[in-house]
Amino acid sequence: MNDVKLVAAFAENKPGQVAHFTKILASANINIRWLAVASTGPFGVMKFLVSDPEMACQALKHEGFVTKLVDALAIEVPDKPGGLHAVADCLASHNINLDNASGFITNNRAIMVLEVPDAARARDVLQKQGFRVLTQMELPV
Amino acid sequence: MFWDQKIETLERAALERLQLKRLQETVRRVAAHVPFYRQKFAELGVKPEDIRSLADLRRLPFTTNADLRDNYPTGLLAVSYDATLRLHTSSGTTGKPKALFFSRQDVDNAAELCARSFVMTGITQKDVFQNMMTYGMFTGALVTHYGAEKIGCLVIPAGPGNSERQLMLMQDFRTTFIHLTPSYALYLATFLEKHGVDPRRDLALRKAFVGAEAYTEETCRKIEEGLGLDVYNSYGLSEMNGPGIAFECVHKQGMHLWEDHFLLEIIDPQTGELLPDGEAGELVMTTLCREAMPLLRYRTRDITSIITKPCSCGRTHRRMNRIAGRSDDMLIVRGVNIYPQQIERVLMAQSGVGRNYLIALEGLDEMTIKVELAEAGFEGQVEQLMKLQNHLTEKLRAEILIKPQVQLLPPGSLPVSEGKAKRVIDNRKM
Ligand SMILES: [Zn+2]
Repeated sequence: MNDVKLVAAFAENKPGQVAHFTKILASANINIRWLAVASTGPFGVMKFLVSDPEMACQALKHEGFVTKLVDALAIEVPDKPGGLHAVADCLASHNINLDNASGFITNNRAIMVLEVPDAARARDVLQKQGFRVLTQMELPV
Repeated sequence: MFWDQKIETLERAALERLQLKRLQETVRRVAAHVPFYRQKFAELGVKPEDIRSLADLRRLPFTTNADLRDNYPTGLLAVSYDATLRLHTSSGTTGKPKALFFSRQDVDNAAELCARSFVMTGITQKDVFQNMMTYGMFTGALVTHYGAEKIGCLVIPAGPGNSERQLMLMQDFRTTFIHLTPSYALYLATFLEKHGVDPRRDLALRKAFVGAEAYTEETCRKIEEGLGLDVYNSYGLSEMNGPGIAFECVHKQGMHLWEDHFLLEIIDPQTGELLPDGEAGELVMTTLCREAMPLLRYRTRDITSIITKPCSCGRTHRRMNRIAGRSDDMLIVRGVNIYPQQIERVLMAQSGVGRNYLIALEGLDEMTIKVELAEAGFEGQVEQLMKLQNHLTEKLRAEILIKPQVQLLPPGSLPVSEGKAKRVIDNRKM
């Protein structure tokens, strides 16, 4: 199992909070590939896709933050019209709900980050359809 | 195990005869030596010889917090200033403290009751006692210190705080029991966890006496779990010796109150009327053996009830229930009476939240309850946090009858106290 892990951190919703996190990760020499913020009123959850999730967790914990590693799938999609749609369509046809999804582009590669209830099954389904599901190691630097 | 089996198991009729004799003596002494009581007796038209039975207690005047302040510093002394041996104070939120004098006999009696209380829980002279209460003017540490010495325990007068040093002392001297506030106990549990110390494996701790602040069953369980020991609830207040007035026996079904030293009543805090046995109300205590500063019908402002059923340990001294709240801690929010302990009970029973919380009253009667998320309670999703927050809001609404705002915070974001915790901040603009 080489699924991608996201680092989720609980945070108060206040100015400077994102910068605080990125600073901690930078000083731990951790690359952030992608981040997402989900907030509701006074608090929120920040999710990071990073070069070393375990280490990122430790670094944040050390600064007193509550963190958790969350399973996710990183899928490389063709950077052309309909690329994202194909992934979504594949999951929908197998009745797999998307809890969270977003994408980013790096070095001309389009990466889609998905959170689904059953990552193992979603990975199988996508791989059978010929999608490239990346492991932690295969993530673009 | 008994410290003084004869008096602890004295049959009720004999105990009551002893109480009456001591009450009559106390009333005579204060009438003779304390102008404050002499004047009160005159106002009520009561004379010492009118006290013929324990039921006559209700003819005597109450003594309040304010009376202690008004008679500061020496107005309530029943002995000469030279005959006093120790001064303790009880701090208030404003102004001068209350001055509490002990004679040599009072110091010894307070230690005696503490020894009784400790032995009741199974403490022997082999035990090692690390006292994490604040030493100084406060009764909490010194009275238990003397009590444990009376038994013959090794006593480590550590005082509160400085958790690194507490841990070192507990490890090096194989501490078996500790005495501390509930808020510090919770903090210490977190501290040990953070430092990778498993108290069950690495320490010799067996018991904790937790007091000086009211706390709930749920908090008690969290402390037991976090420190790997048995928590014994105790009750004390500086105006009545300090700790060791009432203590749990090994059955832990309420705290035996030492009735050869104190008379207890439960009254309606609003009307002052005596309440029937078993009903919750304000605890009122009269000292029976106090030499330097006897107090009649002292209004403790603590809300509790009396258990009259005999205890299987064989002690005849009746038990009181855990303090449900302080009549002065009571908050009135949107016309509803709320005790902070009700909120604590709900929070401590909820998995996923931590041990520290704060009740903030703001704006026009708005209540916000800030509580830290527990490390283990985080699943990484904002939806889960919203669910937890809504769940807590509902639970709290059911308990306190108004709907508070619940605010989840990262651990460590609320102020930590190593002494008495400040749980309520009232900034209402009304
Ligand atoms: Zn008992």
